[in-house]
Amino acid sequence: MTRARSCFRNGTTGAALFGLPALFLTAMLAAYAAPEAQKLVLTGSSTIAPLTAELGRRFEALRPGVEVDVQSGGSSRGIHDAREGLADLGMVSRALTAEEADLHAYTIALDGVALITHRSNPVAALKRAEIIAIYTDRINRWSAIGGPDRPITVVNKAEGRSTLDLFLAHFGLRNSEVKPDVVIGDNAQGLKTVAGNPWSIGYVSIGSAEYEATHGGPIRLLPLDGVEASMATVRNGTYPLTRPLNLVTRGPAPGLALAFIEFARSEAARAIVEQQFFVPVDPHVDGQPVDGRPADAPPVDAR
Amino acid sequence: MRIEGARDRWAAALFGGASLMIMALPLLMLVEVVGAGLPRLSSEFLYAPPMDAGRAGGIGPMIVSTLAILAVCLFAALPVGLGCALYLAECVTAGGRAARALGYSLDVLGGVPSIVFGLFGYRLFAIELGLGFSILSGGLTLACMVLPLLIRVSEEALRATPPSYRQAAAALGLSQGGFLRRVLVPAAAPGIAAALILSIGRALAESAALLFTAGYVTRLPDSVFDSGRALAVHIYDLSMNVAGGEASAAATAVVLVGLLVLINICARRLGQTVHRMQRA
Amino acid sequence: MAGPPMPRLSMQGDRVLIGALGACALLSGGVLVLILGFLLLETGPLLASGHVAGALFGAEWHPADHTFGLRAMIAGSLAVSGLALSWAAPAGVVVAVWGRLYAPAVLGRLYRGVIDILAGIPSVVYGFWGLLAIVPAINRVRPPGTSLLAGGLVLGLMILPLCALSTDAGLARVPQSYLRAAAALGLSRFGTLTRILLPQAWPAIVAGCVLQLGRALGETMAVVMVCGNVVEVPDSLFAPVRTLTANIALEMAYASGWHQRALFMSGLVLLMVTMVLFGLTQGLRKRPHED
Repeated sequence: MTRARSCFRNGTTGAALFGLPALFLTAMLAAYAAPEAQKLVLTGSSTIAPLTAELGRRFEALRPGVEVDVQSGGSSRGIHDAREGLADLGMVSRALTAEEADLHAYTIALDGVALITHRSNPVAALKRAEIIAIYTDRINRWSAIGGPDRPITVVNKAEGRSTLDLFLAHFGLRNSEVKPDVVIGDNAQGLKTVAGNPWSIGYVSIGSAEYEATHGGPIRLLPLDGVEASMATVRNGTYPLTRPLNLVTRGPAPGLALAFIEFARSEAARAIVEQQFFVPVDPHVDGQPVDGRPADAPPVDAR
Repeated sequence: MRIEGARDRWAAALFGGASLMIMALPLLMLVEVVGAGLPRLSSEFLYAPPMDAGRAGGIGPMIVSTLAILAVCLFAALPVGLGCALYLAECVTAGGRAARALGYSLDVLGGVPSIVFGLFGYRLFAIELGLGFSILSGGLTLACMVLPLLIRVSEEALRATPPSYRQAAAALGLSQGGFLRRVLVPAAAPGIAAALILSIGRALAESAALLFTAGYVTRLPDSVFDSGRALAVHIYDLSMNVAGGEASAAATAVVLVGLLVLINICARRLGQTVHRMQRA
Repeated sequence: MAGPPMPRLSMQGDRVLIGALGACALLSGGVLVLILGFLLLETGPLLASGHVAGALFGAEWHPADHTFGLRAMIAGSLAVSGLALSWAAPAGVVVAVWGRLYAPAVLGRLYRGVIDILAGIPSVVYGFWGLLAIVPAINRVRPPGTSLLAGGLVLGLMILPLCALSTDAGLARVPQSYLRAAAALGLSRFGTLTRILLPQAWPAIVAGCVLQLGRALGETMAVVMVCGNVVEVPDSLFAPVRTLTANIALEMAYASGWHQRALFMSGLVLLMVTMVLFGLTQGLRKRPHED
């Protein structure tokens, strides 16, 4: 008799355990059987991701029923997903190349690329030749450039990141010539690596670096060619390594995507852009595309 | 066996000392992670959304996403897995060709690296079936991953039922379907539940397979077609990308490991029930 | 184990049921076939193009330049997994032997319980602790800290519990009669260990550890977090490495065309290695033991 009872009990336990996930799933499906919200999917550059995430939150508040999904993965992912239709908008933190002329680019902000070191590192500026030597491993101790006798930890970006492409183009290097000690993906990872390594050097977007520095991160932005790296110098055009932050689409941007782009360029969004230490663009200035024609590529410094 | 003589005593001391030193490392890990995470834990942590990239706020949406992915996974894996286990236990001869082929296929499947599952899930569910980055994609990929474990443990539970049950059913003239439905499965229920729970444990610990299938989004998912970030993926993001995210990552780890310990205990209890039944 | 014959297929319902069960079995067995199929589908053009050797053994990995040499990643995978196994396998054996042979019974059970829990901890937690404690420690000795050594330590820590568990299971399977005979002959505990238990359990122990090698090779998250991800054949313990798995995880999101095919091929290589390792252990064990 006890065995029959325990059988029954175990059977009931078993049934309850099976039924639970089924119930949960059915409940979820039922609860969300309402017509799906309009969704906007953005993928690509990790530089633009925090900005579009914030813009997206504000956009969702203005338009109930709309969802903005942001995923990073690098500028080349933005290009790829926009082309394949996997994303509504690709985030690309550089100008489009000739091979990418089939896509439409909409600039929503300006940014630059800065070299960063740890705040406790006494070296305050580096010459162009020194940077090249550091990244090609011809100089590998800080003592060679006026710092203490410590090995330099070189942080490089992974392939597919436009920050890498711009850095290499500016210094006339090929990625095969760079000898890094650590390879990172997103800007955030670069910032974290340098913040955790007092004798490291890396390069990230100025916007993300300034954001991190003003929020207490032990990051120092190095000047480039004598020009201080900050939002101000990017804005007035004196910083030598600037780049547009673009949202790209396969054809002219359709309804919801266009609305988001227009929102990103509007007055209401300027504060958000500047909060992230990017320079907002004025949609009515000559040369800025407003109707979706491919952006004229500002020449990337290639020497 | 007695411990006698100098050599034996030396051996005992050596093994004991070495074991202590070796085990100190994982124990140190547990202590450090729990120590870093406990201050951050609170009831608010468990239901609030993450703020400031996860440094503040909580992990509420992540817990919901994780449970949703789990639900999809079990919903898909359980019927298929149980069916396969029943087939193996009832319909094929134990050493026959079909059993061995199926057994080999399942055993290899159990050893496939999780990133390969991620590739496969991305290609099949996200792209081919058009599900994109969603809880559905993630859950189905995980279902493929836990299938071998589920089938193996369920099959053992089914085989472990006393033959007297089978004889009684035959004596009563039950059809095979009736026998399976009314006698075998209910009798093996604790073992099957243990299999289920072990699979939950395996799925909870998974992150590589979810990177390309369930995605990264931190918002509370609205439906299974939405992207959602699982707890394990959240720990990964916090430790890699968020400077100052250590405390949150540790706290999330504490929650996750706590869940797994609970699951481990449940599985043990059910396993003991199975053993008791076997001996009876 | 089928027992006395059942009235099979006596009703239509039974036939449908058996059919459904068979379909489930087919589906389950088919998943592996599907995986293989998709991998081969994706890498087909690459395999057919005759560039396989270049891809497998080329030294340079520069997707932007269309060079897809996996040599550095293969070296990285082998180095990290080999390092991990080299210390975790002996350590696992030592721990298991102590737990089963020398520890007081209660402590031994507690031990096994703790190891059971450790075996289930997600790899991201191991990676997180690696970033938290191990990488900074190595960084103090030699920057950058993320290195082959860090990967070997963290990965070893991950496979330690399972090496211990499979050794434990192997020791437990040695027939009691052997042990009784040893006692009758007056063998000491150490003697029983070295002359009976270990030789008897050896196939199971080796099989378990080889399986763990497979697991180490397939590990992704922990190595991405602590290995540095630089594409270079490691020349020292402190050099950063990138494994095949980390390569896939880092680049899959945006790879396309030949780049994607190269990544799928590394996935295929991983799968093949797993199958080979598994085949090796088949001969050594009758039944895979539970995790």
